[in-house]
Amino acid sequence: MDIPKETLLLMYEQMLKIRHFENRVKDLFAGGELPGFVHLYLGEEAVASGACAALQDGDYITSTHRGHGHIIAKGGEMKYMMAELFGKATGYNKGKGGSMHIACPELGVLGANGIVGAGIPLATGAALAAKYRKSGQVVICFFGDGASNEGMFHESLNIAGAFDLPVIYVCENNLYAVGTRQSEVRKVEDIADRATGYGMPGLVIDGNDVIAVYEAVKEAVSRARAGEGPTLIECKTYRWRGHFEGEVDNYRLPEEIKAWIKREPLAPYRKLLLDQGVLNEEKAQAMEQRVIAELEEAVGFARQSPLPKPETAMEGLWA
Amino acid sequence: MKQVFYNQAIAEALAEEMRRDPLVVLWGIDIGPYGGANAATKGLFEEFGASRVIDMPVSELGYVGLGVGAAAAGIRPVIKLQFSDWITLASEMLINQAAKMRYMFGGTLEIPMVLRAPVGGYLSAGAQHSNSFESIFSFVPGLKVVMPATPYDAKGLLKSAIRDNNTVIFFEHKKLYGMKGEVPDEEYTIPLGKAEVKREGSDVTIVTYAYMVGMCLAAAVKLAAEGVDVEVIDLRTIDPMDEDAILASVRKTGHLVVVQETWRHCSVSSEVSAVVAEKALDYLESPIVRVTAQDVPVPFSPVLESAVLPKEQDIVDAVHRVLERAPG
Repeated sequence: MDIPKETLLLMYEQMLKIRHFENRVKDLFAGGELPGFVHLYLGEEAVASGACAALQDGDYITSTHRGHGHIIAKGGEMKYMMAELFGKATGYNKGKGGSMHIACPELGVLGANGIVGAGIPLATGAALAAKYRKSGQVVICFFGDGASNEGMFHESLNIAGAFDLPVIYVCENNLYAVGTRQSEVRKVEDIADRATGYGMPGLVIDGNDVIAVYEAVKEAVSRARAGEGPTLIECKTYRWRGHFEGEVDNYRLPEEIKAWIKREPLAPYRKLLLDQGVLNEEKAQAMEQRVIAELEEAVGFARQSPLPKPETAMEGLWA
Repeated sequence: MKQVFYNQAIAEALAEEMRRDPLVVLWGIDIGPYGGANAATKGLFEEFGASRVIDMPVSELGYVGLGVGAAAAGIRPVIKLQFSDWITLASEMLINQAAKMRYMFGGTLEIPMVLRAPVGGYLSAGAQHSNSFESIFSFVPGLKVVMPATPYDAKGLLKSAIRDNNTVIFFEHKKLYGMKGEVPDEEYTIPLGKAEVKREGSDVTIVTYAYMVGMCLAAAVKLAAEGVDVEVIDLRTIDPMDEDAILASVRKTGHLVVVQETWRHCSVSSEVSAVVAEKALDYLESPIVRVTAQDVPVPFSPVLESAVLPKEQDIVDAVHRVLERAPG
């Protein structure tokens, strides 16, 4: 394996962060501390971690309603994310966005999005801007299986293909759009097949294998940076929780959920790193303790942060 | 001053802003070698090339969405819809994305995009090529809406729209592309959000915009012959609306007629009327009268279209009505 050790470790740390962050959010939400809705990324950690590890600092991503993992993987700080989820003034977006609307342009995060598929044209436009400015930036566009049935997906991929735009479409196929099983509303088995129609390569990979995600995205990033155009990468994965927290999950069989949890992405990757000698047990535990400590600090920061002043509701509409 | 067509004035504004700022990039349908359906991008492809004057596929949702993303990533797209009627296809990107992003993300992102879109009827273009949707987009916080009535205004307002760091919808009227008017040789801009008194008068205020401005001015000439002195206010920018200009005129004349080409219900004319009712009711000597399209789709046959859209005589009649209702 020719992946640098730092990259291997970074991907592991990001997966750990996402796993712990989402579990903590689950409990905080259940405990009534978080307003609104949350959509958890548990089970899909390898996709964001592997994909973002293939990017450089100046590159962009667009995210989705299930976006916490993408933002952490792109370098988002858990304290500002947690504060945003608490609706506090110190959050990434001053409490105006919330779980579904976190953006941080300095990190290249052009926004999570509450509208399924809406990040796809935005990412494609950012890629057009990068191409026009010859900035060398590339864009990763995260979206789900449901979004691949939106007109926004088809119009955007057609344009990206026609203009060889530097964008990588990373589809997280977790089999269900809210409560609808995708095989019931889509004739083709693989969303990646749709790439052919737009003149770009389409790949199907195991979204629970962080190395596979990294390698596929890395290759697509190289093509994009070289001006060779976009790629559609379909990552087969699964969300452990419902569409949103508090949902009655009556559309999935318990055996199916159990089977997917059994082939979860984190533990096998940990074992791989230990087997390869990239990590030892002591370092692995120390890393996990650091992540947990940082997370607890983030929760403390969010709890202690001030609420936004009501009058700030009238600020920030106009440039 | 030179005489310039409305579409030439737009092309001048685009060319000047593209020369001034290399981040200004155009895209839309047929704006490349074809020159644009309304000739308002004529010559730009030749001067600026295919990387800055980009022909898009017929994918309004897609290429308007690309504009929002590209603006978020630091360039300044000026996008052209073939007809404004198809703005419905792109409305997700305007209403849920461009309009909200700056606010929703706590001021961390800006969307400096202009969407140019030809509006209007009086061409027997039928129900799906005659719309004016300014009311819909004025309703949405976070979008500016501009509707120039003259070549001079079109050029000055478009330059300001391109320099604005907010998303601006720039509705151009199809009947005005062939209108000639004075445009200075030297550079100028017109601030967004400022109405203009197109004709001063003391008896009745008419608030209007876009193609209706010319019709109101023609009606004012007829009324002047009867001894009625009408003031015509051209809003120029629908959102943000220049309330001060409206209120100052109504306080002077005591009478208000609002004239718009499009549908009446929940429209710009409703908003103008509400603003005056809330803030200058004491000055009104007669009820407000509105001249608008009938609330049906614009029909094809010229005789039917004419029955639905406002006419000069409707404006004259409306002014008569407010004056008849005034206490002796």
